[in-house]
Amino acid sequence: MSITYLEAIREAQAKALREDPSVFIYGQDIAEFGGAFKATKNLARDFPGRVLDSPISEDAMMGMAIGAAISGMRPIIEMQFADFSSIAFNQIINQAATHFWRTGIPCPLVVRLPSGGTAGSGPFHSQSVEALYGHYPGLIVLTPATVGDAYSMLLEAITLNDPVLFCEHKFLYYHLKADSLPDERLPIGKARIVRSGHHATIVTYSAMLHESLRAAAELQKDGYEIEVVDLRSVKPLDTDTVLASVARTGRLLAVGEAFPWGGVTAEVVARIASEGFHLLDAPPRRLNSKDTPIPYHPNLWAVHRPTAATIESAVRDLLKQ
Amino acid sequence: MSHPASIPCCAPVAVTAERFTTGFRWMLLSRTVEEKIAALYHAGKIVGGVYLGKGQEAFSAALAMSLQPGHDIYSPLIRDQAGRMAFGEPVLDALRTYLGSALGPMRGRDGNIHRGTPTSGVPAMISHLGSTISVVLGMLMARRFRGENGIVGAATIGEGGTSTGAFHVALNMAAVEKLPLVLAVANNQFAYSTPAARQFACENLADRAKGYGVAGYTVDGTDLAACLAVFDETVTRARAGGGPQLVVGKMLRLCGHGEHDDASYIPVDVRARAESRDCLDAARLTMLENGWTTPRELETMEAESYETVQDAVSRAQREPVPDASRETWAALSSHWLIEGGRHQA
Repeated sequence: MSITYLEAIREAQAKALREDPSVFIYGQDIAEFGGAFKATKNLARDFPGRVLDSPISEDAMMGMAIGAAISGMRPIIEMQFADFSSIAFNQIINQAATHFWRTGIPCPLVVRLPSGGTAGSGPFHSQSVEALYGHYPGLIVLTPATVGDAYSMLLEAITLNDPVLFCEHKFLYYHLKADSLPDERLPIGKARIVRSGHHATIVTYSAMLHESLRAAAELQKDGYEIEVVDLRSVKPLDTDTVLASVARTGRLLAVGEAFPWGGVTAEVVARIASEGFHLLDAPPRRLNSKDTPIPYHPNLWAVHRPTAATIESAVRDLLKQ
Repeated sequence: MSHPASIPCCAPVAVTAERFTTGFRWMLLSRTVEEKIAALYHAGKIVGGVYLGKGQEAFSAALAMSLQPGHDIYSPLIRDQAGRMAFGEPVLDALRTYLGSALGPMRGRDGNIHRGTPTSGVPAMISHLGSTISVVLGMLMARRFRGENGIVGAATIGEGGTSTGAFHVALNMAAVEKLPLVLAVANNQFAYSTPAARQFACENLADRAKGYGVAGYTVDGTDLAACLAVFDETVTRARAGGGPQLVVGKMLRLCGHGEHDDASYIPVDVRARAESRDCLDAARLTMLENGWTTPRELETMEAESYETVQDAVSRAQREPVPDASRETWAALSSHWLIEGGRHQA
């Protein structure tokens, strides 16, 4: 048997619905239709009245989820695309994120954000918004890169008593497969060293993990052993694991699919520069998308985001310094 | 008089002396609290803004009086001191929040009208108008999921707030989900300095109800008896499964947007209109004309209100203020996921 990243997300939701009566799912086209990506396929049938179609009202979807969450429920909101969460931005950052701190009442909810680029999706169905939400206190931002993490991190997210932005990558939905669902889990907040090495560290997350691993495999052919760290959670960010890796390698490349100004890779570099400057043998580097909206045509899109080839090239530059 | 815009006429205005007097007492207490808060602000005792509900006490108190505290949900906005107290908020909590007491519901982390106790059915408003309406929908959905029936959720907003997307999507969602929402719109003619004519172009905001598929009503927001009647009616209908109810009350804001604002932009002729009368004066007159009270009893009520407020002020002023050295700076309840201050250099 094999299970895809998308099926893992569906299975995690089914398990949560089965085990916790306070869980419900609200989103556009998610009930009988099963969602734009089929992440909720058959869930409305199996859990009647708990998987509900929403009007196209992201602001009200989020506000509703907040009201339910502060009343003892554990809502899951499916944004059809992460891009559309901008319509709910106010509710997420001003209402959900501030609630516990202001009132002492927790706001346990999960916002599922189908994120990142796929060929042909264009400027408004491709964005990576993790840095926007990571900026605000009171939010947890997760970026699973593997089938196992998609499953176990979503299940753990649903149990947390805080608002969680769950950035699931659409590029991984159908193609990324595992033999089975995991029995064990690495807790939220811990990064994972996916590949060990001693010449340089690549710190990355989400779909860029797989591009980075391909780059590391290429570099190995020339005798370079590249350590690859999957952040898994961008907020909180596991600085200790990154520092320990840089202590071993002396070189850092932070790779992200999001836009280059600010963001997760800038945060990683800033932390290592301020806390681990003495560990570095070369200036820490970043690789992100180009600083334009995300293009529609596959020829442009393939160059807009980092790929195994551009990551490999960036590591070679880093190794020369 | 109230009249429904889209459903058969509700009951004629009939209110007992006792109920009217209760409403008047909340209005009077609200006015007394707010005048004290304004005085404290002008004396430099309150940091930040002060936002009053002068002129809206009848509309505000009547909605809350129609609800069942401890059972229903009430989501006040910035001009609902009267309604907050009628729904059970102690006078002390208003003073604590304005004066920054560490013992208040917001513990100095938020101030003035940004307060609430969600566990008692009162969400803590944020400044972004319209955004709390959908929170009320979620509070109602949670109760529906748990099979708790007969609970009403009320939210208030001004005519300016009806121009937000949040207002529209929430009212539409309430209608789609057939939730027992009573949405009270106080058309006080000015949103900060902007007159209603620059806010909406329809003749009557209640006419919008039909477009959402909900019941709509208009009421003279300066008439306590009419306000009590319309909210008793709409809360009863919502509780019985009649779906969302939109009530628009008209009155004039008898103060600035905040106490920093002298409202000099409100024209004299607008102030002179009948619909701009002071609801508190009108209620006082009604009670005297009907023989429900005497000038002497009114003086006693005023003295009692003043004493209640003075007690709350002196108590709140004696309470501890937040101690920054003891603040946890924890925005997450999942304490093990808090990154801590090590990156704040």
